[in-house]
Amino acid sequence: MSLHTLSVAELVTGLAAKKFSAVELTEHFLARIGLMNEALNAYITVTPERALADARRADAARSAGQAVLLTGLPLAHKDIFCTDGVRTTCGSKMLGEFVAPYDATIVERLQAAGTVTLGKTNMDEFAMGSSNETSYFGPVRNPWDLAKVPGGSSGGSAAAVAARLAPVATGTDTGGSIRQPAALVGISGIKPTYGRVSRYGMIAFASSLDQAGVMAASAADCAYLLQAMAGFDPRDSTSVNAPVPNYVAELTTPLQGLRIGVVREFFGPGLETATGALVQAAIEQYRALGATIVDVSCPNLPLSVPTYYVVAPAECSSNLSRFDGVRFGYRCQEPRDLMDLYKRSRGEGFGDEVKRRIMTGTYVLSAGYYDAYYLQAQKVRNLISAEFKHAFTQADLLIGPTSPTTAFDIGSKVDDPITMYLNDIYTIGANLAGLPAMSIPCGFSQNLPVGLQLLGPHFSESRILSAAHGYQSVTDFHQRVPAAYV
Amino acid sequence: MSLTRKDVEGIAHLARLEISEAQLPVYVESLSKILSFVEQLNAAQTTGVEPMAHPLAGEAQRLRPDEVTEQDQHVKYQANAVSVAAGLYVVPKVIE
Repeated sequence: MSLHTLSVAELVTGLAAKKFSAVELTEHFLARIGLMNEALNAYITVTPERALADARRADAARSAGQAVLLTGLPLAHKDIFCTDGVRTTCGSKMLGEFVAPYDATIVERLQAAGTVTLGKTNMDEFAMGSSNETSYFGPVRNPWDLAKVPGGSSGGSAAAVAARLAPVATGTDTGGSIRQPAALVGISGIKPTYGRVSRYGMIAFASSLDQAGVMAASAADCAYLLQAMAGFDPRDSTSVNAPVPNYVAELTTPLQGLRIGVVREFFGPGLETATGALVQAAIEQYRALGATIVDVSCPNLPLSVPTYYVVAPAECSSNLSRFDGVRFGYRCQEPRDLMDLYKRSRGEGFGDEVKRRIMTGTYVLSAGYYDAYYLQAQKVRNLISAEFKHAFTQADLLIGPTSPTTAFDIGSKVDDPITMYLNDIYTIGANLAGLPAMSIPCGFSQNLPVGLQLLGPHFSESRILSAAHGYQSVTDFHQRVPAAYV
Repeated sequence: MSLTRKDVEGIAHLARLEISEAQLPVYVESLSKILSFVEQLNAAQTTGVEPMAHPLAGEAQRLRPDEVTEQDQHVKYQANAVSVAAGLYVVPKVIE
């Protein structure tokens, strides 16, 4: 039995039956990280002492009859979540030495659910990127082919789960940062409805788009984690106070009669032929499972990328103004005066892509340009959102590819921001409208994984997870592990 | 939209970012490209459409009771600052 290929359900059952202890399980993953992380660069910080202390506590709780849902389950957190007493870098030189003074709500909740923290995963700087190449701590490599990117911005969490250096990991998704890397490394990842999971303690990029979620091998594994993470948090002013369904129990909801809408605009020019064919095959699989397939259209969806590249930089320029070199974060050497301190601390502390987005945002919000760019983008955002709403009168879920291509070569798109931005053409819509969406593996093209995307109306996570689980009950793409990491 | 070097210097100043001489032309080019790219939004018919600032439109902003919920932890928080004296953040002299 290899502990790293077990599902969350099998791990939780195995721990409960005392087939293995939380300490043994944690040591197993720490050993794999020790052997394999250097080549992948999936973790920025590994916390072995803390992990073993967590694991010992989990075993003691189990012996005392106080075990809860996930007692003893190891996981990794994206380095965007504040972890009390542990370095939290957000992939940036700006926070290279920052030790968070408190825990993010989801970190706190997952700890209360009994999990063991293995470490903090690599990411694009401040979650701005689709390839994990903007990280100050170096690119992450795709476990299926080390010359390829793992996607981004949650590239470290994606690679860690794909290589089984963690059974599950947290991620965040502002424009596709959970779903696109999940697709590129062949794992499952869910971005919940905006407001479903607390953003407290999650370093802000674009506050009206950011949402925390889960990356794991399967939809069932995601359900276990989301169960522990979701729910109202008074410390996040946009957290929604709505009951959390039992995602795990509802995984087996039948697919019979489910109306799945194929979004025409998801199959336009730019979609790789092989990727499109695998997604079509998955749609046929859903038909065979009893779903009704309908054709839907969201004509303004192709405008989601330009909309996003106004709205997200605008919000980022405002959010990142907190990094001033005074209260925390990087400060330049020997500032001449306060202006010099601000400018050089920020100029030296932020990487190129972050500076590019701050400047884009500053420009579109500046006097004389606000109406032409920002206000117009917010109106188009409303149009796109209304088109999704209309589509959900015709279908229960929507389906399409997650990413137009499979994983690309490291270095191949870094010099062309527009080409890089277009990676997120199918994922951004869900963020603009605040919808839950998920990527699951649906096959391989030239030995690289291809992702299938499912989207639903607000608060339909359970329906998405059960639809993904239904597909994964008759396919095994989600169980494939790259040869070097079996 | 094509930006000039002076435009980018102005934006960088507003954003409080020091941009090196060598990097300026790179930003002139990429920011111009991005602005041209997002200008396709002008083609969308948005007459009478409300701007959308929040994905869950209609959710009222919640208020909380005006009660003290945080304890004073300034020593812990200031441990992340580069320069602190007597509980205050130290910066270069502002008024001569």
